[in-house]
Amino acid sequence: MNRRNFIQSGALLGGGLLISFKIPVANKLAALNEAAEGVAFTPNAFLNIGTDNSITVVLSHVEMGQGIWTTLPMLLAEELDVDLEQITVKHSGADKAYNHNVYGVQITGGSSTTWSEFDRYRNAGATARILLTQAAARRSGVALQNCKTEKGTVIAGGKKYTYGELAADAALLPVPSKVPLRTPADWKYIGKSTKRLDAAVKTNGEAIFGMDIHFPGLLTAVVAHAPVFGGKVKSFDAGKARAVKGVRQVVEIPTGVAVIADHYYAAQQGKKALQIIWEDGVGAQLSTVKQTAAYKKLAATNGLTAQQKGDVAIALAKSAKVIKAEYVFPYLAHAPMEPLNCTVKIDKDSCEIWTGTQLPGGEQAAAAKILGLAPEKVKINIPFLGGGFGRRATPATDFVSEAVHIAKACGKPIKMVWSREDDMKSGHYRPFFVHNVTTGLDSKGMPIAWKHNIVGQSIMKAATPAFGPPQNPIDDTSVEGVKGSPYLTSVPDHFVGLHNTDEVVPVLWFRSVGHTHTAYVMETMMDELAHNAGQDPVEYRRSFFKEHPRHLAALNLVTEKGNWKKALPKGRYKGVAVTEAFGSFVATIAEVSILNGQVKVHKIDCAIDCGLAVNPEGVKAQSESGIIFGLTMALYGELTLEGGKLQQNNFYDYKIARMNETPEINVYIVESNGKMGGAGECAVPPTAPAIANAVFAATGKRIYNLPVMNHKLTEQA
Amino acid sequence: MVSLTINGVQRQIDADPDMPLLWVIRDILGMTGTKFGCGVAQCGACTVHLNGEAVRSCVTKVSRAAGQQITTIEGLSVNNNHVLQKAWVEFDVPQCGYCQSGQLMSAAVLLRENPNPTDQDIDDAMSGNICRCGTYPRIRAAIHQAAKMQQEGAKS
Repeated sequence: MNRRNFIQSGALLGGGLLISFKIPVANKLAALNEAAEGVAFTPNAFLNIGTDNSITVVLSHVEMGQGIWTTLPMLLAEELDVDLEQITVKHSGADKAYNHNVYGVQITGGSSTTWSEFDRYRNAGATARILLTQAAARRSGVALQNCKTEKGTVIAGGKKYTYGELAADAALLPVPSKVPLRTPADWKYIGKSTKRLDAAVKTNGEAIFGMDIHFPGLLTAVVAHAPVFGGKVKSFDAGKARAVKGVRQVVEIPTGVAVIADHYYAAQQGKKALQIIWEDGVGAQLSTVKQTAAYKKLAATNGLTAQQKGDVAIALAKSAKVIKAEYVFPYLAHAPMEPLNCTVKIDKDSCEIWTGTQLPGGEQAAAAKILGLAPEKVKINIPFLGGGFGRRATPATDFVSEAVHIAKACGKPIKMVWSREDDMKSGHYRPFFVHNVTTGLDSKGMPIAWKHNIVGQSIMKAATPAFGPPQNPIDDTSVEGVKGSPYLTSVPDHFVGLHNTDEVVPVLWFRSVGHTHTAYVMETMMDELAHNAGQDPVEYRRSFFKEHPRHLAALNLVTEKGNWKKALPKGRYKGVAVTEAFGSFVATIAEVSILNGQVKVHKIDCAIDCGLAVNPEGVKAQSESGIIFGLTMALYGELTLEGGKLQQNNFYDYKIARMNETPEINVYIVESNGKMGGAGECAVPPTAPAIANAVFAATGKRIYNLPVMNHKLTEQA
Repeated sequence: MVSLTINGVQRQIDADPDMPLLWVIRDILGMTGTKFGCGVAQCGACTVHLNGEAVRSCVTKVSRAAGQQITTIEGLSVNNNHVLQKAWVEFDVPQCGYCQSGQLMSAAVLLRENPNPTDQDIDDAMSGNICRCGTYPRIRAAIHQAAKMQQEGAKS
C-alpha cells in the first residue's frame, strides 16, 4: 500500500483538517488495488479515525434488522481497544472493496455477515491498534513494548494520547501484513450480550430509511404496473392525471406509467386518474389451480438427479410398507414493513441513488447501464433498511432500475414510492413448489427407500444478473435441506430429483430460501414415519443423528429445557422439528391447541447451535424473529393467481402474525465449539413443521399444503 | 389553509382537506418519524396521537385534525426519555425499526390509560400494529418494564 493511497486528507470537518487513515482489506482485491499505481483512492476501508478523534466503522453489509450494526463494530472494537460508545457506524456505498468474502459480490444475505466478517473486522481493528501504538512510541520516545492501549488511547510512559492525536502519524506508517489477534480468554465484547447500537435512533423517529430521504426539489413518483405478470402498456391517456393538483409529469417507462408529483398523495390521485390499456401477454393464462395441477403431474415423474444412492425402485418394491405424500407450497411475498422505494438524482455526468438495498453493486451496475455512465459515476447511499428478508437483494434490480428510468425520463430528482399493493403485487416471490415423496419402510418402520421429486422455479436462474448463469443444472436453493439431509444419508436407496420450471412470475430468495419448504417436507414426513413406527418423534429422530452431533445437541437441549417428556394439560399438544440451515442447527418444539377450527400456538421453545454466538442476545432476537416469521408463513402465508393477476392486495388479505397471535418464545443457545453459522434465517425452517406436527398430535390430520388457515381443524377425541 | 398543532407548534398548511394527515406530516412538513406502511389502517406504522388518542394518520384526513393537538413520535418525549423509549432500548426491541414509531405511539396511549396492563390488555391495544421482524415478545416485555418504571417514577 503506497502512501498516497493510504492517506485521505483535505476533508474539512468541524473546522479542522481531517486526516483519516484507512485499513486495507486483507484480500486479493486489496492487493490488486495496491498494484495499480496512480489509481484514485478506493475507499476499501472498514475503519476511519479522524484527527478529531472520531472513530467510524464502515459496514460492508447492511442493517435490515438482523443486528450487524452492532455485531461488526463489536468485532472491530474488540481488537482496536475502544468502547462501543466511541464508535460511529455507517453503511458503505457500493464498492468492490466491500465484496462478500465468500460470495464474491457485495451482498447481505445467507445469514452470513458475522461468520464471513469475523476475521476481516478483527484484523482491521488489530492493524489500526498496532499502527497507533507505533505512532505513540515514535512520538514519545518510549519503547514500543512499554506502550499499551486503553479505551481509545495509547499510554506511553507517563504520556497518554488519544487515537485521534495519533491518527495522522499512524497513517504514514507501513501496514504490517499480519497482526496477532486476541485470544478468546481476553475478549471483552465477543461472546457477551451487547445492546443494539441503533436502538435509540429507532425509538425517537431519528433513524433514516430510504423512504425518509428529503431534499429541496425532490419530487415523488408512483408507478402504475401491469396488472398481469409480464404485461405491457398498449396505450394510455394521462390527461386527467395531469389535471390533478400537484401532479407535475406523467412518463412512460419500460415497466409501466409513472406519475410525478409534489407529494405521494397527489401522485396517487394522479395514478388513479390514469387511463391505461394493457397488453396482458401469455401471463394471463396463469392460475394457481392450473399451476398446482401441472406441478403435481410433473412431480410424479423423476426430475434431474440432485442426489442418488442405490436403486430406489428396487428398494421400494421390497419395502414392507410404502408411505406417499404430495406437498404444495404457495408463492409468498416478503412484505417488509417499509414498502420498496428508491430516490434518484441524475446530474450531468453522474448519478446519486438512495435506497435500502442488500445488493449495492448490482444496483450500481444496473443504473450505470441505463444511464450510459461508468459504474463509479453512480453513487449508492444506503440508509437503514425497513426489513429485507431477501426482497432487497434483487439481482433483477427491479425497483432501482425502475426509479432510474423515471428520473431519466422526467429529468428531475425523484423518490419513487411503491404502495403496499405495488410491493405485494410486484413479484419476486418465494417460488411456488410441489414435492412428491414416496418412502419405503422396513418391518420396524425405518426408511429403506426414499424417492423425492421437487418442482418449482429456479432462484439461481433469476439471480443470473448478479451471479452469472448457473453452472450447475441443479439449483441447490431448490433442493437444499432435502439434499444432504441427515435422514437421507442413512437411507440406503434414495433418489432426489428436481424439475425447475419457467413462469412469468419473478422469483427470489425469501428468508431461509429453500428451507422454507424442504424443512417442512422432511420434518413432517419424519413425524409421519415416527408415528407409523409407534415411536416418540424425538427418539425416532435421535436414531438418525448418531453421526450428526450438532443436530443431536440442539434436539437434546430443547427437549430438556422444553420438558418434552412432561405431559401437557388437556387440550394442549406439541410437535418437534430439527433443521440445519446456513451452518446452524436448530431444534424447535411448538405447543398448540385447537380453537374454533383453527390452531392457536401457545409456546415455542427453540435451541440453536450457531457455533460461537458473537452477540448472544442478538442470536436470541434473531431466533425469535425467525420463529414469528415462520409462524406467519405456516399459518397465513399464501399468494394466489387468477388470469395472471395476483389476488392479494394488502395486509387485510395477506395476513401477518400480530401481537395477539404471538406465543411465549424461549430461545436457548447451545454451548458449542462448532464452526460458526448464521442466525438471521436459521430459526425459520423448523417453525412451520413443528407447528404442523403439533397440529397432527391434536387432530390426527396431516397438513400437506400450506397455509394451515385453509384447513378446518377438529381436536381428536 | 389548514391550521395544525403538531408537537405543540402551530402550523399553517396549504393542502387539500382530503389529504391524509400522514402525507402532510411526511411530505409537506418533512417530519419522517411517522411511517407509511400500508395506507389502509392495517399496520399501524403511521400511528400518531390526535388529542391524545392513537389514530392511523394514513386514513385520517387533514381536515379532521385541523385545530387539534397532534403528537408524533418526535414529540413523544423531549429527550428520548419516555419510559417506553427507555424500556425499548433496554430490551433491544427494535430490529429493522421501521414499525417502532407506530408501536411506541400505540403503547404510549395504552400506558397512559392503563398504568399496569396485563398481557391481554397489551394484546388488545397492540394488535393493530404489525412488526414483520416479529419483535412482539420484546415489545410485550418492554411495555411491562415501562409500566414498572412509570410506577416507580410516580412513587419517587
